[in-house]
Parts: sequence; C-alpha cells; structure tokens
Amino acid sequence: MWYFIARRVLYAIPILLGVSLMVFLLLKLVPGDAADIMIPPEAPREVAAMIRARFGLDQPVHIQYLRWLQSMATGNFGTSIFTNQPVASELFSALSNTFMIAIPAVILGFSCGVLLGTLAALNNGTWLDKLFSSVAIAGVSLPHYWVGMVLVAIFAVVHNVLPGQGMGPEGFPASWEQIKHLVLPVVTLSLIPMGVISRLVRANVLEILSMEFVSALSAKGLRTRQVLLHIMKNATPSALALMGLQFGYLLGGSILVETVFNWPGSGSLLNLAIFRRDIPVLSAIILVLATIFVVINILVDVLQALIDPRIRR
Amino acid sequence: MTQHWTGRCITGFVSMAWLGLAATTGPAIAQGTLRIAMTASDVPTTTGVPNNGFEGVRFMGFTGFDALVMWDLSKADKAADIVPGLAESWRQDAKDRKKWVFKLRRNVRFHDGTPFDASAAIWNLDRTFKQDSKQFDAQGSAINRGRPAYIAGNGYRKIDDSTIEFTTVRPISYFPYVLTTIFFVSPTAFEKAGNWAEFAKAPVGTGPFKVANFKPRISVDLLKNPDYWDKNRIPKLDKVVLFPMPEANTRLAALRSGQVDWIEVPPPDSIDGLKKAGYAVSINSYPHVWPWVLNQAKPGSPFRDVKVRQALNYCVDRAGLVTLLNGTAEPSVGFFKKTDPRFGKPVNEYKFDPALAKKLLAEAGYGSGKPAKAKIMISTSGSGQMLPLPMNEFLQQSMKQCGFDITFEVVEWGTMLVAFRAEPTAPQAVNSDAINISLVSSDVSMVVRWFFSENSTPKGSNWGHWKNPKFDELLLKMESATSQQEANQHLTKMHETLVDEAPWLWIVHDGNPRAMTKTVQGFVSAQAWFVDLTRVSLP
Repeated sequence: MWYFIARRVLYAIPILLGVSLMVFLLLKLVPGDAADIMIPPEAPREVAAMIRARFGLDQPVHIQYLRWLQSMATGNFGTSIFTNQPVASELFSALSNTFMIAIPAVILGFSCGVLLGTLAALNNGTWLDKLFSSVAIAGVSLPHYWVGMVLVAIFAVVHNVLPGQGMGPEGFPASWEQIKHLVLPVVTLSLIPMGVISRLVRANVLEILSMEFVSALSAKGLRTRQVLLHIMKNATPSALALMGLQFGYLLGGSILVETVFNWPGSGSLLNLAIFRRDIPVLSAIILVLATIFVVINILVDVLQALIDPRIRR
Repeated sequence: MTQHWTGRCITGFVSMAWLGLAATTGPAIAQGTLRIAMTASDVPTTTGVPNNGFEGVRFMGFTGFDALVMWDLSKADKAADIVPGLAESWRQDAKDRKKWVFKLRRNVRFHDGTPFDASAAIWNLDRTFKQDSKQFDAQGSAINRGRPAYIAGNGYRKIDDSTIEFTTVRPISYFPYVLTTIFFVSPTAFEKAGNWAEFAKAPVGTGPFKVANFKPRISVDLLKNPDYWDKNRIPKLDKVVLFPMPEANTRLAALRSGQVDWIEVPPPDSIDGLKKAGYAVSINSYPHVWPWVLNQAKPGSPFRDVKVRQALNYCVDRAGLVTLLNGTAEPSVGFFKKTDPRFGKPVNEYKFDPALAKKLLAEAGYGSGKPAKAKIMISTSGSGQMLPLPMNEFLQQSMKQCGFDITFEVVEWGTMLVAFRAEPTAPQAVNSDAINISLVSSDVSMVVRWFFSENSTPKGSNWGHWKNPKFDELLLKMESATSQQEANQHLTKMHETLVDEAPWLWIVHDGNPRAMTKTVQGFVSAQAWFVDLTRVSLP
C-alpha cells in the first residue's frame, strides 16, 4: 500500500511541473507584460522600470520562470500587481471562503445524489423513478448561475427569508447569522454533484440489484434494510471517486456561482484576476487549484485502493 | 417497504427545508450605518491612492482623505466646480505663468493627531514624484501620474509652514483641476507601518471619514470623523460600509432584500420596478462620455477619413439607444453636453440621418457593394462601460443601414486597458479600428489628455493618434490664458473642432444612475464623478 501511495505522489511531481510551465508560458503569450495594467502611458519611464524590476519582469523569461517556481514552492506567491498586497494572503483567504461553501455543497450533493439515485433505482420504472431522475437531470442540465439567480429572487427578494449575497459576519460559520448566508450558494453549488452522482448511483444500484448475490441475500431472509446496506457498500467506491472529482471542479469552477452570490472565494478571485489582468494572482491561483486537484485525485486513488485491493496491483 | 422508506425521506427533506426557511433575515445594524454596494470588483486601495478608477476616488478618495483642491458637490442643478480643500487659496504667478503658490489651510490634523502642514504636503508629493524617497510608492505614483499633473522635475517646494510652490512644465491655466485627485496621508502613520501594504491596513488621512476594517474583496468601513476641519461637512452618519459588488443583478437583489441601503448603477430594466417598490432612483447629468475612440494610425482604417468619421456620427440612433437604457443616459453629440456653454456652435449637428451618412460615405468612396468595414474592440464590462454588449449590438444594427459593416473584438476590461495604453497599431489593439472605452470629461485637463497630439500613445492617452494643428494651437493658447474667460473662449473653439473633426464617435453621456431606500436622506446627485457622503443621513 505504501509503495502504491509513493508511486502516486511521485507521478504528481512531473504533472505539476508541466502545469506550472503551461500556466507560465500561456500567460507570457498575452501581448504586453504583467505590469502594463499598472503603467499608464503618462507614467515616466523610470517609474515603469521600477515597477517592472519590482516584479522581476526585467529578467530573461527562464529566470522569471525559475524565480516564480521557487516562490510557488516556498509558499511566497509574490505581490498582487493591482492591490500591492501579498498574493498568498489573498489566495488563502479566498480558498478558505470557497471551502466554506464547496465542502457542504459536496456533502449535500453527495448525500442527495446517493439518496435520489438509490431511491430511483429501487423504484425503477415507477413515477418515483421518473421524478427523481428528472430532478437529477435538472441538476446537471440547468445552468447553476441561473438557478442561483432564481433562488435569490425567490428567497431573498420576494420572501426575504435568506440573504442573497455576501458572507455575513467573518469567521467559521457557527451562528445562524453566518450559516444563513451559506444556504443559497451551497444549495446552488450542490446541484451538479447531486445530479451527476444520482445518475451514477442509479445505474450502479440497478446493476447490483440484478446480481445474484442480492437474490441470495434476500433468499437467506435478510431484511430489506440489510440488503440495502450490501448494495450501498458495493455502489460507494465509484460514487466516492466521482465526488472527489466534483469537489475539485467546485473549487475552480464556482466562478459563476460566486459571482451571483458575491462570495469572495477562489472562483471569484480567479475571475477578478482575469478581469484586471493581475498575472501574479492569476498564475498563483491556477497553480494552486491544479495542485489541489492533483492532491484530491491522489486521495481518491488511495481511498479506492483501500476499498478495493485489486486497484493496488 | 421501499415505498415506506421513500416516504420517510421525503418527509425529512420537507421538514429540513421548512426549518431552514422559518428563520428570517435582517442583520443587526448600528444606527446611522449606511451600506453601499459599489460596482467595483474589489475594495479600492486604501493607501490614499485609490485604484478602481473614479469610482475608487468617489468612495475611497474624498471620504478618508483630502486633496489640496476639492469639488463642490453640494448642488445638483449645475456642473460641479472646484473649491479650496487642504489649500485655502492659490494663485498663478503673473510674471512666470509656470509658477503657482498654494496657501495651505492651518490647524488641519490627520486622524492620528499629527499636523498637516507644508512639510507633510511635500512628503506626500515625494511619495508620487521623487523616485529615491523612502516613501516612494511606485504603483501609487503610476496611478497619480497617469492623470497628468504637469509638475516639472523637482517642481514643488516648501516656502513656509503653510505655503508651497509648484512649477509646471508649461503654463497650465487649469492646474488646480489636476490636483483634485492627489490625496494626502499622514507621514507619521506611514513611518509606523513601514510600507504601503501595511499602511493600507490602517490608513490615516485628514478626510471626513476614518478608514477602518479593510477587508479586501469583502468590505471596508468609513467611520465618522467628528473632528473634521470643515465643520459644515462633519458626517451625519456614524458609519458607511462599502461593499464591492460588480454584478448588477446581485446589487439589485441586495438592495431589494435589505442587505444594503444604496446601490450604484442598478440595471436599467429594474428602474421602473424599483420606483414602484418605493425606492428612490437618482439619475442626473455628469461629465462622462461613452464613445468609440477612432483609430487614425492604422493603415487602411476607414476612420482616417473625416467624412467617414462624420458619417459614423450621423448614423447613431441615439434616441433609440437611450430608450434601450431606460432613460439612464442622454445622447452625446460632442465631448461636452449640448447645454454646456463650452459646447460652441459646430458646423455638424449630429442626429440620426442615414441619408446624409450614406452621402458622406459615398464621398469617401464607400457605397453599395463596398461597405465601410471596421472592427471595434469592446469589453464585456468595466469601469463606466455601462452595458457594452447590448449597446454595441444596437449600434451595429443601426449602422448597417448606412453602409457600415461593423464587427467586434470582445475582450476583458484589463486587456482593453492595456490596449488603450499601447500604440493603436500594436499587437495589443488586435488590428482594431476603434476602442469602445468610457472616458472622463470632468474638466478641461481631460480634453488635453485625450486629444492633444503630443499626448499620442505610448507617450499619453490620445490612443487614436488624432492630430489637428488648429486644435493644438488653440489648446496651447487656452493653457497660457490669463483669465477664465479667455481660456473658455479658446476651449469653445477647440470643442467645435472636436465635434466637426469627430476623432471619436459621440454616443451617449451616462446618467449616473443609483438607487437607494427612501430612508436615505440628504443625498445630492452632484453633476460630478464624485458624491459628498457627509450630507447623507438615516433616520
């Protein structure tokens, strides 16, 4: 098992180096350099030169890459060109804000997805199957930024029972004042994982239900609840793998939801960095999100290997 | 049995949803706290050099800090003009027109109790203009010098504790106007902080509000400064909270759900609904232009020909566009508004006249089978950009009937800014024939900034490289004028040239829309880019 984990971690190193090179070179392909956004034409050349030197833009490209890589590896992500604040503090604050909605969204999406998928499979062909399958398809198909806007219109504007934007008071969400700010973004974000996982679980459970061991368990006289447990145990590994991937997507792919709910998370920071061409922030956030994605994949691989020993081979 | 489990689960979900909705919103707010949703995507920098364009200056400039010269924002019925700020008076040297003496206001103190005097003023100017000073702020300097100040090298000095002298690069009759966006901060507070990034966390100025609780991308507080030097402008509010909220529908929802009291730029199609629901909607004229800046440097651009530029101006259905914007803008047929005395009497009075546009195009060599083709760089959003996508699509349709074939290069705001700062033939322009970028027309210095041929990019902000010797000559005369009357005479002639030569496509002036709850009292929608929050109160 340890050998398996070590191999997975070693694989991640060239992947991350490749990602870093891609990110750096793609951003270098944009006409002009990173400091252009901060240097109006009226600014004297000496000031422009000072700003460029401060961000190392006066160095050859390969030196810039190596320095950037070094700063990434040491956790000093440089300074935002636009705000003059350390990128690390902006990035980690944004990431923690995104975790605040992504984790409950994945848990909610996973729980609802498993529940709906299982119920749909157990009621295969009935109106309940059709209802739950429709909900799952709607979750996958409806643009979640649109759903977010509709939820805001209903719950914030018309009924005024939940806040439509922002995070509320700072800190870990412990009070209702903080938690209620989470409700709409979390529900909106959970829709896609819920839909995807529900479809997968339904198909898996249907397949498992047709297996002989299920008939054998029932024939042995096990109660439905106990049979269900066996079915779920068999359906879980693939659902877990999908949940890991969905969590990765949510971290970077929540731009639209974070924009609708004015949530200061990593998606919103990424959007902002693109909007104002803040290359140090942009490159750091892409690399960090890619790293998180790789780490999640490793964790999922390990988890699957723990559940199913055949994968370790 | 399965059906039984299903029923239980559904009941559980319904119960959870019910419990969730049983609670109501409504955070506790301190009395006298005004919550404003800005269009900015971040809290403007709090170092006394606000970024995020003039919205940054509006909310993080004149609130926490003061300039030597400020704007009178107390009237809604006429264009705002300058008034004394940290300088109580100024005069231009009659013999050497490049010299200006500013008398500083006495007994002004920064929020940390240290005095504002000539030494503090010089220290602050060094921050922007003296590269080897320890307080030199490269990024802040770039912003401050991006709005040309025309101060010569080593062009300022302390005469005594309450007097400083400036020397400009050439006689500049409008010099006090260019000082309105240079704000002053406490040198002592900077020394304590050690650098500008730290200073930003606890900034200290002289303004009517004290900046506190700076939370990047979330909010910032402006606390009442009861000791403000202008006793007529001591804030009535205890606190203002600023929220960056770039998405228009989010701002609207925040206002309608009671999360904020005031939003900047509500979506045009929400105006009627807001009024019906009892919100106050303010729309007033202000010096803003939403144009196409036409590229005259690109070989083969149709806009090198003045007849094509005039034809373009005759081919805009401005009234239709204003209707599309639900009355939140007014037609623009020049840099200044038609009601401005400096508008003058240009030969061309632009209106929607496709027949005349076709005639002018024919004279320029375009006609049926040979449309005037042009690619316009437009942004998806951005500072003062209004609704660039639907507005430009409307223009595209409107222009088709005159013989223009318009295509778009859609870019992000940052990409557009970089393109606007490079030469019009540089790769950043992506071969565009024009850029749709909203620009400030707040005062005469902006006319010089955008149109003087010596300010062509990359040296200045005349992106299109428009050059007109007559205009340049008038401009230099206006700059060296010895009286306001003389300056205005030249300026009027300059403006007539601008309209007739049409270096820009004049489209609309924004109406500066904002919406607020009826409880917000005392707000004056000044004809300016800025607002005076000290007048505002809540019951």
